[in-house]
Amino acid sequence: MQEIHASQVRPPFYRDERVLGIFSQLLVVLIVVGMGLFFYSNMITGLREKHNVAISFSFLGQAAGFDIGESLIEYSRERTYLRAFVVGLLNTFQVAFLGIIFATALGIVIGVMRLSTNFLVSRIAAFYIDIFRNIPLLVLLIFWAQAVFFKLPRVAEAIILPGPIFLSNRGVAIPWGIPTDSWNSYLIVLGIGVILGAAVAWFLREQGKRTGRMPLITLWFLVTVAAVGLVGWVILPQPMTLDQPFLEGFNTQGGKILSQQFMALLSGLIIYTAAFIAEVVRAGIQSVSKGQREAATSLGLNPAQTLRLIIFPQALRVIIPPLTSQYLNLTKNSSLAIAIGYPDLFAVAGNTILNQTGREIEMFTLIMGTYLSLSLLTSLLMNIYNRRIRLVER
Amino acid sequence: MTTAAGTPSDRSVLPVTERYTLLGWVRRNLFSDLFNSLLTIVALAFIVFVARLLLRWAFVSAEWAVIPANFNLIMRGQYPAVEAWRLWLVIYLLGTVVGVSWKLISGQFSGAARVLIAIPFALMFVPFFSMGTRLYLLITVVAASTGYLVAGFLPIQRRGRAVAYLILAYLIVMLILLRGVGAEEGPMPPVQPILWGGLLLSLLLAFFGITLSFPLGVLLALGRQSKLPAIRVISVVYIEFIRGVPLISLLFMGQVMLQLFLPDGFPLVDRVLRALVAITLFSAAYTAENVRGGLQSISRGQYEAAQALGLSTFQSTLHIILPQALRAVIPVLVGQFISLFKDTTLVALVGIFDLLGIARTIIANPDWLGTHPEVYAFVAVLFWIFSYSMSYASRRIEQRLGVGER
Repeated sequence: MQEIHASQVRPPFYRDERVLGIFSQLLVVLIVVGMGLFFYSNMITGLREKHNVAISFSFLGQAAGFDIGESLIEYSRERTYLRAFVVGLLNTFQVAFLGIIFATALGIVIGVMRLSTNFLVSRIAAFYIDIFRNIPLLVLLIFWAQAVFFKLPRVAEAIILPGPIFLSNRGVAIPWGIPTDSWNSYLIVLGIGVILGAAVAWFLREQGKRTGRMPLITLWFLVTVAAVGLVGWVILPQPMTLDQPFLEGFNTQGGKILSQQFMALLSGLIIYTAAFIAEVVRAGIQSVSKGQREAATSLGLNPAQTLRLIIFPQALRVIIPPLTSQYLNLTKNSSLAIAIGYPDLFAVAGNTILNQTGREIEMFTLIMGTYLSLSLLTSLLMNIYNRRIRLVER
Repeated sequence: MTTAAGTPSDRSVLPVTERYTLLGWVRRNLFSDLFNSLLTIVALAFIVFVARLLLRWAFVSAEWAVIPANFNLIMRGQYPAVEAWRLWLVIYLLGTVVGVSWKLISGQFSGAARVLIAIPFALMFVPFFSMGTRLYLLITVVAASTGYLVAGFLPIQRRGRAVAYLILAYLIVMLILLRGVGAEEGPMPPVQPILWGGLLLSLLLAFFGITLSFPLGVLLALGRQSKLPAIRVISVVYIEFIRGVPLISLLFMGQVMLQLFLPDGFPLVDRVLRALVAITLFSAAYTAENVRGGLQSISRGQYEAAQALGLSTFQSTLHIILPQALRAVIPVLVGQFISLFKDTTLVALVGIFDLLGIARTIIANPDWLGTHPEVYAFVAVLFWIFSYSMSYASRRIEQRLGVGER
């Protein structure tokens, strides 16, 4: 009997996995490309018939001709559309950056409160989480803006918080530092402080490796920087003066004025995202098994050491990936600024510029591209951090 | 548990159950040491402060008259009042479907069904509802109970499949009822989707968004897991692109640009439908990621066993992998539905009168100037009730399915 080798038995081509694979890929690619071409040709004909314009980004160089409520860089209506776009982008950056920092802080506090052994404290945190996770962010933002910040009293009856912070219908005035002539030299001093702190941290780490006793490296780094900063502050003639707001006539003077829109957006984002971060933190801490805590206690670590050296590093690994997606959500959610009149990227580009120029294709390409790069940037940074703290497996 | 009813020697090692009195509980949980006591006092002060603030606002300074006066608008938007019976019929039928399904697949579904049936019952006690509304709500409860009772006598073999067909049939009937058929003067005149509004529209958008995105999402998830590079790349690009941009930009794009992509005269003129397209495309990317989680939870052995049995890739995906994967992601998909339900509020920004959009028009009405806090608080509470009860139900399903434990 003739021996049949497995490689000689070839299935018919229509059942060959490789042929099928190539064929199905071709099919899918054809469908996708076909759909793309279909949409594209419709778009081109539509554009030619209706507007008689070709796709071009040159309009970005024209004068914008509209004002923007607030801006981190110098801007006026004579500046170009591109400049207006950048203003919106920076405003988005500002809200997203501050929002991420404050939401993380508040979220950690509430997440830890949720795990408190004190019944009342843990109930308050649970209540907070259950309420804000189940209300749409847009409703929260609009409520916060229209029912709270836009209803603040006139300046004459402003609510004064210690600081002093003035809450009125002209916005929120907070004390703000104003750099003086010596500010630049002070920055150099601070830079030296950071270098010195890094050196101290490196020295401590090396010593820790030799002796096996790890001191609080981060703490000593901060202490060094603060000490140098303090010395510099005393030596240099006042690098910064504190500008406190005060009431004058029908307005507040001095300090830094944060608009109601900005405050409403920022606080709404913080309150909403903190509820989600709290759950992430709680889940992370709970994911560390009870045995770890018991083992740490039996090794003679005190509760603070247990938390810092045993629980927290392990919880962090569980926390970081979902935390990253919360940061991404916050950044994307900041586009809801359009609902309360804060000029962020989407409000400026997707609304004002789009309405003025009618350049749908170009503007949406720009907007989507920018948000995509923002998202990719955030996840890239978080992934680098995640890789650093990940469990090193052998 | 298994050894609890064992021999006396087993019983002797049962742990001592701790019994404590109310006072003991208070001491243990609130005043165990100095720090804890301090925390308790601060927390108590905080609770009293917030509760007083809220209660004083809700019962003293708030003017609630705006809610009953606009209640129909909030519930169904511009849907014609004479056609409201169709909406009630949709709700009765939903009650019946829930009742029947509860009976047929009681093991996995009862927690969710209990919540769904409790809602109309609880709503009967809302103070400003008319007797008519209460009667209709009572009918809903009765319809659900009848469905539950009758289903017990049905000689049905494949219960899961029967429920699936029932739900499919319900969807078709619901659409026909809502949209209407026949002439303008007929018994069920058509109602354009742009007239649907309020809570009705919010629920419909979320529901159809998730339902329509489901097939696309499953395909994308399979594509992302595929060994074929072209398919994988296309899926990854789609998913990451959609997940990287805010929903609001997709909604704007849907309103402004969808028309541009389609040939002239394509019947997609309704703003609501355009929004639904955007929501569906958005939701599909998230469904895909959730389903991918389910696919990854299937052990390699399942694939290998299917292959060893001689099933083709297509067959093993359809009959072996997907059923298990989808079962595992049910709770996650409920979570996604809840967040999509919340996200549908964004359509208010593109001129559609969902719950939030309607709230904005009510406030813009000169008769109700300055009622922002009341109207928005009411809308927030409505959203909260729906999404909290859904997440509660999903947690119950999760416990029943034991998804977390496998």
